[in-house]
Amino acid sequence: MGPLQRGGVTKMNTRVFSYINAWITKLQSRWQTIVIAIPFYWLLLFFLAPFAIVLKISLAESIIAIPPFTPLINFAEGGVLTIRILFDNFIFLMEDDFYVKTYLNSIKISGISTLLCLLLGYPMAYGIVRASPATKNILLMMVILPFWTSFLLRVYAWMGLLADRGTINNLLIWLGMIDEPIRMLYSEFAVYIGIVYSYVPFMILPLYANMEKLDTALHEAAADLGANPITTFLTVTLPLTIPGIIAGSLLVFIPAAGEFVIPDLLGGGNVLMIGRVLYNEFNSNHDWPVASAVAIVLLLVLVLPMMVYQYYQSRKTED
Amino acid sequence: MQRKRSTFLFSVMCFGMAFLYIPILLLIVYSFNYSKLVPVWGGFSVRWYGVLFESEAVWAALMLSLKIAVMNATFATMFGTLAGLALVRFGRFRGRLLFSGMISAPLVMPEVITGLSLLLLFITLNQLIGWPSERGITTITIAHITFSMAYVAVIIQARLAGTDQSLEDAASDLGAKPFRVMTDITLPILAPGMVAGWLLAFTLSLDDLVIASFVSGPGANTLPMLIYSRVRLGLRPDINALATIMILTIGICVVIAGWLMLRKQRQRDQDMQLAAIETLDREF
Amino acid sequence: MSQDIKNDENLWEVPNAVPLIKVQGVTKRFGSFTAVDNVDLNIYKGELFSLLGGSGCGKTTLLRMLAGFETPTSGTITIDGVDMTDVPPYERPINMMFQSYALFPHMTVESNVAYGLKRDGVEKSEIARRVDEMLAMVELSSFMKRKPHQLSGGQRQRVALARALIKRPKVLLLDEPLGALDKRLRTQTQFELMNIQDKLGVTFVVVTHDQEEAMTLSTRIAVMDEGSFVQIGTPTEIYEFPETRYVAKFIGSANMFNGRVTQDGADHIEISVNDLDTKFYIDHGASVRLNAEIWIAVRPEKIIISKTPPEKPGPNQLKGTIHDIGYLGNMSTYRVEMSNGMIVDVTAPNQTRYRSAKHDLDWDDQVYLSWAPSSAVVLQK
Repeated sequence: MGPLQRGGVTKMNTRVFSYINAWITKLQSRWQTIVIAIPFYWLLLFFLAPFAIVLKISLAESIIAIPPFTPLINFAEGGVLTIRILFDNFIFLMEDDFYVKTYLNSIKISGISTLLCLLLGYPMAYGIVRASPATKNILLMMVILPFWTSFLLRVYAWMGLLADRGTINNLLIWLGMIDEPIRMLYSEFAVYIGIVYSYVPFMILPLYANMEKLDTALHEAAADLGANPITTFLTVTLPLTIPGIIAGSLLVFIPAAGEFVIPDLLGGGNVLMIGRVLYNEFNSNHDWPVASAVAIVLLLVLVLPMMVYQYYQSRKTED
Repeated sequence: MQRKRSTFLFSVMCFGMAFLYIPILLLIVYSFNYSKLVPVWGGFSVRWYGVLFESEAVWAALMLSLKIAVMNATFATMFGTLAGLALVRFGRFRGRLLFSGMISAPLVMPEVITGLSLLLLFITLNQLIGWPSERGITTITIAHITFSMAYVAVIIQARLAGTDQSLEDAASDLGAKPFRVMTDITLPILAPGMVAGWLLAFTLSLDDLVIASFVSGPGANTLPMLIYSRVRLGLRPDINALATIMILTIGICVVIAGWLMLRKQRQRDQDMQLAAIETLDREF
Repeated sequence: MSQDIKNDENLWEVPNAVPLIKVQGVTKRFGSFTAVDNVDLNIYKGELFSLLGGSGCGKTTLLRMLAGFETPTSGTITIDGVDMTDVPPYERPINMMFQSYALFPHMTVESNVAYGLKRDGVEKSEIARRVDEMLAMVELSSFMKRKPHQLSGGQRQRVALARALIKRPKVLLLDEPLGALDKRLRTQTQFELMNIQDKLGVTFVVVTHDQEEAMTLSTRIAVMDEGSFVQIGTPTEIYEFPETRYVAKFIGSANMFNGRVTQDGADHIEISVNDLDTKFYIDHGASVRLNAEIWIAVRPEKIIISKTPPEKPGPNQLKGTIHDIGYLGNMSTYRVEMSNGMIVDVTAPNQTRYRSAKHDLDWDDQVYLSWAPSSAVVLQK
């Protein structure tokens, strides 16, 4: 009986242990599931689901009611499902050249602003990388600091500078360079200034991160092999900083294209940008289906640059 | 390292910094202007600060914004940390691509789109389940958490990617269960990132105008909404005073935080150098 | 193995020979830190010259001044008779192989190697021909179209070498050329480097912290410490006749004794070492004063270890017990403790199988040490 009993106990033990083990494993895997699930479902509900609703409403018809659009899915008598999909809103956007012009203008303004940010940001990032360690930290902090202060107030600061009787005009008149104030506020020029001013740190930081990683020996190697500073820049530095240029440009271009505050405060009624049109369509005209359609089209315009950005981000984390 | 003075780089740097800071400096200077017309200097005065402090609307808006910012920062830090942890440490799991896409998309999504879509969601939810019954502090906070957590997740990801997984492996090798590994090793490593994330989420919330104006309801006016409604009609000296207070508060906080971090970094570099010299001395 | 046997003529020994590189009174300061302190150096054509020293000794700074990446605070550097003070790196007849190799990551092996010739505006067909030739020499012809990250460490090292040599520089500077390679690959690459140098007749200046590497490669070695040269000489000179304690300790290992000169003859000196009851007899003269306190060094492999006492007592003999044994396979290191507690290291080849019956040295054995009168060297400081 002895050995048999012992065998039985061992078997029991094994079973209990395997049960406990399974339970622990389950708990552990569930612990991971919880860590993922909370942010995952939050984003699913509050980030992804809303887009489906925007899409749905963009296909509805505007009516005077609360909410001011027709339901997309109606349960008719007998349970027959009738779906009313109206592309009217999109056709409306295409036919009215006001919207087409606004989209094109948004792309033009944010494109040119991105280029200006690059022209200013690239040498600044390069200068920061080349500075001595102590200076480098101070310069970096100076670039990041405006980012922490209110965006709205920084845009407001330019209203005071650019106004007809603002600081710049006052200064120019005082210097005797002009007699009449130049109209700068409420123009495309002011919008360019505002976008470059607000977004240039977004250009500098990815460029800095990119350049900082480059081995200084690469520049020295080029010089050693006979390349003068300009050739070194064109054959080594520039090609190796393309990822930074792309990341920085997208970080400026995408939000700038949908910008609302800057065209509204600095551009006034004279500058057409899609973010502002959308805001007005929604808040002033209460045409929600058209506003939704405007949003969907804007999203389609920006989806390609966003995917490029995503691609570069994921490649960066893989490195 | 070769550090030749480049006149070109130096002048671009000076121009760039002037471009970034002169508007802010002027904003501050004109807040002490007696004149009601902002760009016309009428002598030094702090009268607009008085006007500002007497305004009940400003106080109410400030309190609302601070409340939202604190709640947002706390939740966004929690969710963002979980998300960052999941993306860096859990390897491949089902829905990972969708997850990482949803995490980084809010960073570049134009605010008008986020705002509009969230508002439509809240209206639809209200129709379907009766919640949220009214829009205001709750809806604004939810909206802010949604985009702030993405920023926190990015910070956490960067912090985690920079640390060695073997620290956690060592802890489990020494007998720590997964939960203990998390509390003993992972969280302390993440703590500085979480603090940075909290502060960033706080500022982002305090700064947001567009999304808040979409999802806010009647009566709930955040500080940026109040500022916007005043400045869109033109320059106002009391807004200069408000801007000065906000910019100086945040500026001083950031400079102190940066200085502390810098000092810590320097101390560590010095310690490492000392240690290296000591070893060398011992070897020879 | 030593290079000085192979070369027919050692230019540094020829009076009035014109050096290829002439460093005169060069000092480099970074703020308050002096990296290189008033050094003079002549390097001759065809040499494989090593700058050897620990980290922070100034060897890399000196190399970078030769390349033109740093400007001397004072002093001049002349290469082939031309003063290099105002010549930027990209116009110097010198090329460098970087420690990190610094291969351009966005270019193929071929474009990396061709880079220098392109900058000089060499004709395309000529570039292609010379790139082919160079890659054939470093045996990388089949890797032409690869990017640097698709190569192994050893292959990258050879691309860097090919890229630096393709412009046929008068001098090639090598910064820790073998530092990133594993030990097995190192030995192999050392000999390849020597062959290539021999074939092309280019003057090499190598920076290294690895004394073994310097010993194998060099025609001459300059040992550096705290920004100055401690000793310059052939590997044999440096090893057999170290001038200072720093050199004796840095190159190989040495037992050092502090003693007082008791006899100072024309062909010999005798030293009594503090609290060791033996006399040191050295059969070569040295410029010392009678009764002066001096340091002497004896290399571990020059000492004979035995369990049987010497036939007759005399100078250069010590007695002690084996404190520790380090078995290295081909030989063993014995740490022998003297009566005063001092430890003397001795290495001896393992001619018999270790721990066999005939191999009788063991822990705590009493042993006798002795060495030839020519073995010990007098150190200057």
